[in-house]
Amino acid sequence: MFAAFDNFPALLIWLPLAGGLLSFFIKSEKAARATAIVFSLLTMGVMMTSLFYTAMEYTALSQVSYVWLPNIGSSFGLILDGLTRVLCLLTALVFPMVFLLVPGNRYPNANRFYGLMLLTQCGLMGVFMATDALVFYLFWELALIPVYFLASIWGGGKRIKATFKFFIYTFVGSLFLLIGILYMYLKTSNGSFSLMAFYNVQLSAVEQYWMFLLFFIAFAIKMPLFPLHTWQPEAYEQAPTPVTMVLSAVMVKMGLFGLLRWLLPLFPVAVKHFNTAIIIVIVAGMVYASLVAIYQDNIKKLIAYSSIAHIGLMAAGAFTLKHVALNGAVLQMFSHGINILALWIVADLVEKQTGITSISKLGGIAKKAPVLTIFLVIAAFANIALPLTNAFVGEFMIFNGLYQFKPWIAAFAGLSIILSAAYTLNMIKHVFYGEVATAVTGFADINKMQAMVLTVITGLILFVGVYPDPFFKMMYETVGLIVNRYVTI
Amino acid sequence: MNAIILSALWGVLMMYTGFATKNTRTVTAVAVLGMLAVFVVNWMEYIGITFFDIDTKGMLVYNGFGLIFNAVVIFSTLLYFLLSGRDIEKAGRTPSDLYALLFFILSGISIIAGFKSLLMLFIGIEIISIPLYVLAGSDKSNLKSNEAALKYFLMGSFSTGIMLMGIAFLYGDAGTFYLEGVNAGVGALTPMKAIGMVLLLASMSFKVSAAPFHFWTPDVYDGTPTVFTSFMATIVKAAGFFAFLKLFETAFGKFQTDWQVLMAVIATLTLVIGNITAVFQQSVKRMLSYSSIAQAGFMMLGVFAMNIFAKQGMILYFAAYSVATIGIFAVLSKFKDHSIDAFNGFAKKHPLVAFSMLICILSLAGIPLTAGFFAKYFMLLAVLKDADFIWLAIVAILSAAVSVYYYFRVIQAMYFKEPTNEEALEFSPSFRFVLLGAAIIILVLGIHPDFLTGLL
Repeated sequence: MFAAFDNFPALLIWLPLAGGLLSFFIKSEKAARATAIVFSLLTMGVMMTSLFYTAMEYTALSQVSYVWLPNIGSSFGLILDGLTRVLCLLTALVFPMVFLLVPGNRYPNANRFYGLMLLTQCGLMGVFMATDALVFYLFWELALIPVYFLASIWGGGKRIKATFKFFIYTFVGSLFLLIGILYMYLKTSNGSFSLMAFYNVQLSAVEQYWMFLLFFIAFAIKMPLFPLHTWQPEAYEQAPTPVTMVLSAVMVKMGLFGLLRWLLPLFPVAVKHFNTAIIIVIVAGMVYASLVAIYQDNIKKLIAYSSIAHIGLMAAGAFTLKHVALNGAVLQMFSHGINILALWIVADLVEKQTGITSISKLGGIAKKAPVLTIFLVIAAFANIALPLTNAFVGEFMIFNGLYQFKPWIAAFAGLSIILSAAYTLNMIKHVFYGEVATAVTGFADINKMQAMVLTVITGLILFVGVYPDPFFKMMYETVGLIVNRYVTI
Repeated sequence: MNAIILSALWGVLMMYTGFATKNTRTVTAVAVLGMLAVFVVNWMEYIGITFFDIDTKGMLVYNGFGLIFNAVVIFSTLLYFLLSGRDIEKAGRTPSDLYALLFFILSGISIIAGFKSLLMLFIGIEIISIPLYVLAGSDKSNLKSNEAALKYFLMGSFSTGIMLMGIAFLYGDAGTFYLEGVNAGVGALTPMKAIGMVLLLASMSFKVSAAPFHFWTPDVYDGTPTVFTSFMATIVKAAGFFAFLKLFETAFGKFQTDWQVLMAVIATLTLVIGNITAVFQQSVKRMLSYSSIAQAGFMMLGVFAMNIFAKQGMILYFAAYSVATIGIFAVLSKFKDHSIDAFNGFAKKHPLVAFSMLICILSLAGIPLTAGFFAKYFMLLAVLKDADFIWLAIVAILSAAVSVYYYFRVIQAMYFKEPTNEEALEFSPSFRFVLLGAAIIILVLGIHPDFLTGLL
């Protein structure tokens, strides 16, 4: 029994879960924060260690399967393969950074705050590692419920409404997913929820179309893709910043991950049938979101719409079914998580110090906070996908795939890159340069902890931008398996 | 058989405790003890120990499914006694009589758990219904309670009449009251049998408050003292569904394709009407009345599909729904003001009670890791097994999504709003303990439903 805990996927689930449950019973706020930091760092340590083992050599350490509901045909199965590692690494990196950034006394009832955050991490890890559809579904929901409470309790003035909208959207999507999963389960030969059994199900073309729609709606809401994105800007704006960071850096990747792990391999016929139309809608949505971003005066909403455009590009890349674009999308999932985290840190600092989120009312922060500005500019360049930043590698590969797919779609999608340069640079110009606005006269530069976190982020941005090879080595084979499902049809 | 006789005898005993003692706590203690005893003897029957060897000519036959159902119902009643005992004591002048009525109802439910003959079905349903009419009117000085009792009695006797007429038609056709006898014979559905079947379908739909036979429900539930609404909406409803399932499986199983469409329509109507109407309710009690109609729609899916998943799902649904609803009603009955706003800031004042209630609500909404999720899971699986009715599953999940809207309003009030209710509420330590126990049961069944479904 104890040996079951002696492997990486199990630890990645149990550590945040144990930390989260423990936090609820700690009365002191400082101790709760310390617990959260320790457990998230431990999780990160486990994740880092696991990277030094390849799946081939240590199958036993990167897979786990507990007997759970034998009568139903579901077992608690987890795996750390190429695709999963990239996302689990992102999750493991983001949480400690978020915890370190939250000042000790910011939230009342801090123990519950940290407890719910760690439960969210547990849910996210589970979603990424599950090899069993029912387990996947349970974790999918488990990641949602704590976030609902986090955002509703500690969020902004309109939090209850905004968060509930987010919850209802996602919940309806996941119910469709449930129907799809149950249908697939009934079609398996031996009544099993395992991913392998699902892969072997033979469906007619019409059945695939239906199943595709059921799964796709759930994932599209989560990402979110245009036109199902309306929950997102409000939710990002109203949620407390740490939650927004988790939402935008990691949680939206659940939808993309769902595409890669479940949708694309399971329903190849339907994907081939729908992908051109879907890519066109996504690209149109990207341009739309970028245009909206240009006209945003609220920093937070600007970042939210920018995120919609970036996520759209990754989804479009995945639907091209080109090997290079899929690799690029997976790398970009990681890069986008890191970049948007940096943007939120900056936006939060500005809001906390000045109380203003309106771009037109700010100005000249660079004079007051030069160090912060350097970090911001690098993150902004990464957001535009300038060469030598991490996003360049991923987006370049996605565009490569889009070009192979349909050159004119790639050209149209290129618009969103130009637009992203426009709104990002415009935001920097108005907020950080120019005349010093009255609101920022007392602006203090970042403290040591913030500088440390931002240094780590900047290091990652540049490292992946210059030397992305380790990531490709990690994911190459797993992504190849997805593409191979399309060779025969 | 053990449970029928013991609960009937204990009901008589309960009436005498009223003479023996004026201390209402003692009366409740005797009732709890009795319910425990009934649970134990029912369990003994499950493992093969029967105390009474009565020849019923095969009219009452107990199998595993029936006894597990009975165990779930008795357990829920026990939980109900523990949580709502204080409120039963306050509901009427002589709580011993009320407890006696509840024991008689349980005796009727135990008949339902094993009926093999239409006569037994009729007797069981009547033994359940008649004490309920009394309980609905137990708050004698309250006009609404009187109205509820009268309404329930009139509508109830009307539906009983329809049921008897249906039974008469079936007897005329098959020449027997035995369920198997009705199902036997040549395959065709004769007109007489069809009329009997439809009449029974209507009257059973009435008993479980399925649309379009649900109109009595909100008024009766609202007028009845809250403590008995809880009992009517859970345990009695579960019994109705069990009878429904068993009747249609055993007596009309062969004609499933004939009545399935009808059942699908009833389920759809129940789901849609129950959920949509519940959205507009401002009172938690009325909201729960409509939500009980909506939940009945989900249980109808089990009657509709009638396969192995449906049976597992029914048992799990009875447990999940009864425990959660009894828990919420037990908290609600401590409130004078039943509006949703009364729950504002409840979590700040009573964190433990609010947490238990949160689990109950999440379970009713079917959120994963609660028993309610697996209950809905099995129902959906049962429906999807028959590929022709995918639309029914889609209707079901859409209405489940609507249900989230009104259930979560209570959660929002409890957790995210500032307290506005000045009412001083007191929850005894034992109450909090039992309620937390109920929440834990819900979570355990939500993580491992095999504990219950594995028994079948």
